Amino acid sequence: MTGQTLIHLQDVSKRFVKGRDTITIFDHLGLTIPAGDFVAVMGPSGSGKTTLLNLLGGIDQPTGGSITFDGGRVDTLTEGQLARWRAHNVGFIFQFYNLMPTLTAARNVELPLLLTSFGRAERKRRVEAALSLVGLAERANHYPREMSGGQQQRVAIARALISDPKLLLCDEPTGDLDRTTADEILSMLRLLNQEMGKTIVMVTHDPEAAKYARRTLHLDKGRFTERELVA
Amino acid sequence: MRVFNEIAVVTTICIKSIPQRFWASLSTVVAVGLVVTVLLAFLAMAAGFQQTLRGTGTKDMAILMRAGSQAELNSGVTRDQARLIEEAPGVMKDADGKPLVSPELYVIVDGVKKTAVPADGNLKKAPRSNLTLRGLGPVGIAVRPGLKIVEGRAFNPGTNELMVGRALQKDFAGLNVGDTVKLGNSDWLVVGAFELGGSVFESELWADTPEVQDLFHRQNVFQSIRARLTGPDALKALSDYATNDPQLKLDVTTEAEYYAQQASRTSDLIQKLGWPLAIAMAFGALAGALNTMYSSVAARAQEIATLRCIGFSGTSSFIGTLLESLVLALVGGIVGTLITWVAVDGLTGSTLAGSTFSQVVFTFHLTPAVALQGIIMALIVGLVGGVFPAWRAARVPIAEAYGSP
Repeated sequence: MTGQTLIHLQDVSKRFVKGRDTITIFDHLGLTIPAGDFVAVMGPSGSGKTTLLNLLGGIDQPTGGSITFDGGRVDTLTEGQLARWRAHNVGFIFQFYNLMPTLTAARNVELPLLLTSFGRAERKRRVEAALSLVGLAERANHYPREMSGGQQQRVAIARALISDPKLLLCDEPTGDLDRTTADEILSMLRLLNQEMGKTIVMVTHDPEAAKYARRTLHLDKGRFTERELVA
Repeated sequence: MRVFNEIAVVTTICIKSIPQRFWASLSTVVAVGLVVTVLLAFLAMAAGFQQTLRGTGTKDMAILMRAGSQAELNSGVTRDQARLIEEAPGVMKDADGKPLVSPELYVIVDGVKKTAVPADGNLKKAPRSNLTLRGLGPVGIAVRPGLKIVEGRAFNPGTNELMVGRALQKDFAGLNVGDTVKLGNSDWLVVGAFELGGSVFESELWADTPEVQDLFHRQNVFQSIRARLTGPDALKALSDYATNDPQLKLDVTTEAEYYAQQASRTSDLIQKLGWPLAIAMAFGALAGALNTMYSSVAARAQEIATLRCIGFSGTSSFIGTLLESLVLALVGGIVGTLITWVAVDGLTGSTLAGSTFSQVVFTFHLTPAVALQGIIMALIVGLVGGVFPAWRAARVPIAEAYGSP
């Protein structure tokens, strides 16, 4: 299922200045992710997993090196260009779902479509389809507080999928869920990868979750230490 | 279209989340409401005072005073000068050919506000306020066609009888028809109450000219002359006449112009007191608004970051947050306006009118223009209180909002 290179990190460095100290997270990091891949990123706290996800998603910029997405440079885009790039190419799934508590499930899922030129009817149709895909069509008018954690995460997946992005970035997507619900969510992600060809990068601490990925990258002190092909 | 969609969503999220910060939001609304209430109370007072004085004069009535005198109180006009004005051009005559010219005395007496009456009702112990006693004759009443005697009758010439303005009667003690009032060393009987279109004259006591002259030892001297004009051009003719005659040396203006000047002096003073006080209070409200909005942005940091993650622009976060602040301030402004309207509008008050040194009774008047100033004040507090937190909402790095290093 994997194909051409979707993401390529070359000599990526990331440093933070904290008081008088400069903290280096990555120093000349390289990574290639083909389209259709499903990568789990594991590693101890502070190893740079979330920073890597932020760089891949264009919500943080590298201090050095280059990041290429689908053949185009991402690290040189302005903030406004990055916002538009994210809207078209990346879906985010967070540990704590990050749904808007004052909006219904349908309105939450609709959010990315408000950045497109689709009319109201087309948006409604797509929202219904996305909610059906995650098995929550009947909960469209429910607020997040009226749903379980697993249901909220499914709404978040529907929101991430609605604008049909090539890349899904998942930050501990099952970290707040029990085992059964976590397996449901992970099965759904695998389905999205296998059936819809979505490229997925998932940060996780859970080895069971990592088993759903095609391969696992271990990150330690800013370097990949092991690459393991799972499927 | 896309940008409007973005702004609409962020604004909806911001405003819908206000109940989550109910008490902080309420404190902002209350603080802004108080600022607006104080400001509008002063401005309604100024507007009411101005309306009373401006409503007093008419354009077809000339008022003549000694050259250089700013107000009737500092003016002095002799009986001879009054006679010369009777022969002046531009002065209207009645059906019998008698000129409508009214030489009038203007003296300060004292009275007691109803609110200052002691518990035992003894007016002698009460603090006194200055009142205007106007001495005028039958022509003085004839030159004021809107005059309506609403109780009792007019004073009889040659007697110690008084007519009392309706506004004064409502606000001051011991001025009911039938009451005896001690002015100077004499006792005066209140025989009537009058209305005159809500004008400043309703804050005066009126009595017969010779009696007032006797009481205050001002034989042959008046403070001003009222002369009814024949038409729009008559003022110039009268003014030229009064200026060119060396015996006269009088300033001539219309009554409307005279009272407009008097009004602007005092209402300016009221506004000069009201605005600084309101602005000082506005800084307090501003601190409250800033605090609320910063905590609002902090509480919604993840929501804002998520929206920006999805692709929403920083601009929409900025405008949405700013609109939330403006909505809170607007609610405060409306609450303040309503409180002023219920508590103050229509209330009667009296104050010392600048150059006349006497009390003018007026009604607080919350005009639409005054209310608008209160709303604008509230929105300024909302704007300044929202702009910095909104800037933070738009500019804080997304990764930082998620707690990344």
